[in-house]
Amino acid sequence: MRFMMILIPRGYESAAPDALPSAEAAAKMMDYNMSLQKAGVLLALDGILPPSAGARISYSDGKVTVTDGPFAEAKEAIGGYWIIQVRSREEAIEWFRRAPMSNNDVVEVRQIFEMPEFPEDVQKARKASSTGTS
Amino acid sequence: MSDVAKTIEALWKIESTRLIAAIARVTHDIGIAEELAHDALVTALEVWPEEGIPDNPGAWLMKAAKRRAIDSLRRGRMLVQKHVEIGRELEWQQQRLGDAFEHSLDQVIDDDVLRLIFTACHPVLAVEGRIALTLRLIGGLTTAEIARAFLVPEKTLGQRISRAKKTLSEAQVPFETPSGDELRCRVESVLMVVYLIFNEGYTATSGDEWMRAALSEEGLRLGRMLGQLLPGESELHALVALMELQASRNAARRGKNGEAVLLPDQDRSLWDYAQIQRGMTALEQAQRLGGGAKPYALQAAIAACHMRARTAEETDWYRIVLLYDALLQINPSPIVALNRAVAVGMLQGPAAGLDALDAAATLAGDSELAGYHLFPSVRGDLLMKMGRLCEAREEIQRAIAMTKNLREQELLANRLKQLEKAAF
Repeated sequence: MRFMMILIPRGYESAAPDALPSAEAAAKMMDYNMSLQKAGVLLALDGILPPSAGARISYSDGKVTVTDGPFAEAKEAIGGYWIIQVRSREEAIEWFRRAPMSNNDVVEVRQIFEMPEFPEDVQKARKASSTGTS
Repeated sequence: MSDVAKTIEALWKIESTRLIAAIARVTHDIGIAEELAHDALVTALEVWPEEGIPDNPGAWLMKAAKRRAIDSLRRGRMLVQKHVEIGRELEWQQQRLGDAFEHSLDQVIDDDVLRLIFTACHPVLAVEGRIALTLRLIGGLTTAEIARAFLVPEKTLGQRISRAKKTLSEAQVPFETPSGDELRCRVESVLMVVYLIFNEGYTATSGDEWMRAALSEEGLRLGRMLGQLLPGESELHALVALMELQASRNAARRGKNGEAVLLPDQDRSLWDYAQIQRGMTALEQAQRLGGGAKPYALQAAIAACHMRARTAEETDWYRIVLLYDALLQINPSPIVALNRAVAVGMLQGPAAGLDALDAAATLAGDSELAGYHLFPSVRGDLLMKMGRLCEAREEIQRAIAMTKNLREQELLANRLKQLEKAAF
């Protein structure tokens, strides 16, 4: 089973657009990522820029609104993610218990939906709209 | 299972390989190393639910294993290293063992894990022993889980593992990474074991669904792990590519009643394109290392041709036939020839395919493979396309009689029905 581990660094919601981790923190994180890779559990990972470098697109009543970041109302923001393949939720948690996080950082563990878990009508709709089959 | 027990199980899966590998560096015997590691786990199961899980569970387990090792030594149950002179002071041995463990504890190095894998896949062992030992020592699976996956009684599997450990011990297989000429054949054995584990999960059609998925995921994980440990071995990357590309079709391989859906009929929108991308990247890595013409790389390249085609009709059969030609050169097996015949049939028409199939059958000769159901099954398909329906029917009927696999029988029976509807 696959999990997305979502990194929520403290204060990232108001970080400057060019905010970078310290060299020391980055080195620790690289070591840690290497341990995931060496165990064969890592499928993908990326760090993402702060919301101040991003934008929000919201949809309401048929209207689309684009707002540039940062977002005053946000209490937290995503700083990156890992996708890992492990055998249980517990294993995912144990891997990330040892991640080199800073004080008050949070990592959220979310299992990835596998296609066969979708109900049949959803799968049918997906099939019908797919461009791969014609 | 309680939450703590689940956590301990998860920790075991994460820590056990490095733990066993580090202990084996001291004991030079993976059987003893596994027992000590396991004893440490049992201690953890007693202590942790009461006292809580320690901050560094790996180091805790290692310390517990060290205590057990010194205890066993004191009771004279364990010979430390085979080359230790007899008659040395026990105290000295204990001290030495303690130091060695302390050292091992400080730096579990990747080489230990690699040595462990090479030892578990040692050619002195029967193939099934290598598989069981690998799953147990590197996969962190329990005997019960492995037994479930292979549909054998737990007792049989337990015996298989102890026999394998005994063989390694008796043959005095050193705990080391092979070098020079030996490395090649030892790597081949590791590749074979990993691919067999993956395939057991991927192709088996009976048994526990969950366990089978776990096996093919484990094969992939082992492959990725080895790719990191031996980054210069092109065939490891090629094997990872082959497994990723095959596994990326998983969601499309079964219809809604669990029936097998063959490649040309699969809904390609169900393929996992992120996984295909990982497979392609691994294949490029193998090719960059100069291993593009080696067996796993060729097989992965064939899989890649299929995955690149947006529809079955777009498949580049010309390239696939070329790749099979190359594969046949290095591995002249009837199975490769059979697959080549299918590709030739797609490229040049059923008559040419039939000629290629005859060549494959000649290659199979009187071997066991002559009784392989895919021979008449493919022949039946080709004959059907040529409109020789009576002969086609006979071949499909023969194929049904030759397979014991229910899903295959089902698939063939459907084809027979279509054929009869068309002809009679």
